Amino acid sequence: MTDQNTTGLTTESAVLAGELFGEGVGTQAGPPTTPADSTAVAPGAHSHGGTPTGSPAERFTSTDPDAFGVPTGREETWRFTPMKRIRPLLDGAASDAKLSWTTDLPEGVELARVDAGDPLLKGLPEPVDRLAALTRQNAGGADVVRVAQEAQLDRPVTLGLAGTGSEDVVWGQLVVEVGAFAKATVVLDHSGLAKYSGGVTVLVGDGAQVTLVTVQEWAPGAVHGGQYDAVVGRDATFKQVVVTLGGDLVRLVSNVQYAGPGGSAELFGVYFSDETQHQEHRLWVDHAVPNCSSNVLYKGALQGEGARTVWIGDVRIRPAATGTETYELNRNLVLTDGARADSVPNLEIETGEIVGAGHASATGRFDDEQLFYLCSRGIDAETARRLVVRGFFADVVQHIGVDELQDRLMATIDARLGALPGLDEQPVEVA
Amino acid sequence: MSVLEIRDLHVSVGEGDDAKEILRGVDLTVRSGETHAIMGPNGSGKSTLAYSIAGHPKYTITGGTVTLDGEDVLEMSVDERARAGLFLAMQYPVEVPGVSVSNFLRTAATAIKGEAPKLRTWVKDVKSEMELLEMNPAFAERNVNEGFSGGEKKRHEILQMRLLKPGIAILDETDSGLDVDALRIVSEGVNRSREEGQVGVLLITHYTRILRYIKPDFVHVFVNGKVVEEGGPELAEKLENEGYASYVKTAEVAQA
Ligand SMILES: Nc1ncnc2c1ncn2[C@@H]1O[C@H](COP(=O)(O)OP(=O)(O)O)[C@@H](O)[C@H]1O
Ligand SMILES: [Mg+2]
Repeated sequence: MTDQNTTGLTTESAVLAGELFGEGVGTQAGPPTTPADSTAVAPGAHSHGGTPTGSPAERFTSTDPDAFGVPTGREETWRFTPMKRIRPLLDGAASDAKLSWTTDLPEGVELARVDAGDPLLKGLPEPVDRLAALTRQNAGGADVVRVAQEAQLDRPVTLGLAGTGSEDVVWGQLVVEVGAFAKATVVLDHSGLAKYSGGVTVLVGDGAQVTLVTVQEWAPGAVHGGQYDAVVGRDATFKQVVVTLGGDLVRLVSNVQYAGPGGSAELFGVYFSDETQHQEHRLWVDHAVPNCSSNVLYKGALQGEGARTVWIGDVRIRPAATGTETYELNRNLVLTDGARADSVPNLEIETGEIVGAGHASATGRFDDEQLFYLCSRGIDAETARRLVVRGFFADVVQHIGVDELQDRLMATIDARLGALPGLDEQPVEVA
Repeated sequence: MSVLEIRDLHVSVGEGDDAKEILRGVDLTVRSGETHAIMGPNGSGKSTLAYSIAGHPKYTITGGTVTLDGEDVLEMSVDERARAGLFLAMQYPVEVPGVSVSNFLRTAATAIKGEAPKLRTWVKDVKSEMELLEMNPAFAERNVNEGFSGGEKKRHEILQMRLLKPGIAILDETDSGLDVDALRIVSEGVNRSREEGQVGVLLITHYTRILRYIKPDFVHVFVNGKVVEEGGPELAEKLENEGYASYVKTAEVAQA
């Protein structure tokens, strides 16, 4: 893997994997040494008088869809998205279509519905693009998961959200409100066929520890757009794990802001795109208060002609955010020719008084040294490759912390990679 | 009974105009039950020799032969070499994210033996070897070499050698970076394999201190891509006292 950097400066690079690494996969294909063609991205434009902009420094937000105008695909925010495929959502009318819900609510959790006028909605972070604003408007209220203050849940809150194949766009708005010092894991488990645009806001109370897992195991043909916001309270910990495996087009925007000092956010993501899929994950971590930390790790694999992934990681450290510590890493593993992974980390630092800031982005073929190590132990090249890819995913999946879900997701990944001979037959415990 | 024979081996790295010859005619024979120390200064090509035998794609063989029991090793893929009985304990073991040690060991053992080892005996074997190498059982659930200290990596290499039971083991600076305790533990692991009798060891080292724990039958001085002197254990003592200076000087004169 190449293009490692850990500078504290603003760096933007988009690596066009398909062009960089032409040759076959495996031990024969030497690791690329120089990125022959990294297309630089225009630096994020500043906001001028309410003009919508994409990347830092300032981001335009509004609850009014028309404040954004209709995207053409040339805007920074939309330039990676295949407009034809997202159009059904952007053009979608308000509808009564719903996902089919299966809920598992442990004690200490309540699920309620609030209407559009509820004060709760007024206080949420605002939409950052037209689709998110349409979603807020068309959802006409919100479903609210409330976790009581100081609750220690004995199992995850699980919302199984299944598409029913409706032609109409399903609009959703979910608010997860976790009281101070509570500890909760919330799993959003998306499946089935749908055109779905869903906003999710997680309000993490002071000192609370919240894990939000969002799984996109949509059926082929599904389109999913969504804006996720986390507001992290004082000394609170927020962990998000995004797992995008299914669907035709998935475009998720995850934003983090801190409501008080001492907050910590970990954003993990894993995605696996084949020739029919476009998977786009855009992150924005806004450090505006002191002594908070953020850590981002997104890993993706691409397999098949036309497989497409986009990862945008924006981190801003504002002048007031002294004592910030942040690191972000995106790795893309290109398994076959003709796939394209864009990776754009962007770090803006406006104060010198930070603990540390860095980022790295690497897109490439298999790591030859890893394959050599495994093969030198007698493992054939094919099995070694599967082990490496499986490990590549497991590295992120294991952060979920819910064994059954992890096993299920790894099984899905295994199935996509083909069976690993001999490995699954007998589990090994040495302890 | 295994015999590794290296004849007039020439190896280069880099391509085209950047190609650089590192090994310049290496001759060496290692048999089961023998321990050969290869000693040489940094940059003399010791790791290049080890990697070339193991089949690392970075190195190009430009001349000579390597055979194991008469079979052409250079024709084999990396994994075939391991299954034929070669093992390389690496100087810098590689991290493999997301692959647990237990999964890795079992996959390797299955590949080498041609069938999955019986679960019960396997678990027992792994456990007892880990104990002997003073490795915490929690190790088995960690990812291969990820976040391991230098000493942990080397123990893990020796653990693999113990479990995979190679005919010929090449240990590339397994001693470097180890404190005295770890050096003893790792050396005892190697000695257990030697006592079982069937392994030939190529012990690559820069320093003589590991030779206090692992007594070599033969010592080869390796300078500038080839063996420049050979002898018994007494040669190691000479190196201990005099260092490589005289050999390096001679090699430079010869090259000029
Ligand atoms: N990939 C490489 N490209 C260029 N030179 C290399 C490469 N690998 C090794 N070398 C050079 O080959 C020589 C021998 O290296 P090595 O075999 O690692 O020596 P040793 O293990 O004895 O310290 C050194 O001069 C080193 O710089
Ligand atoms: Mg070396």
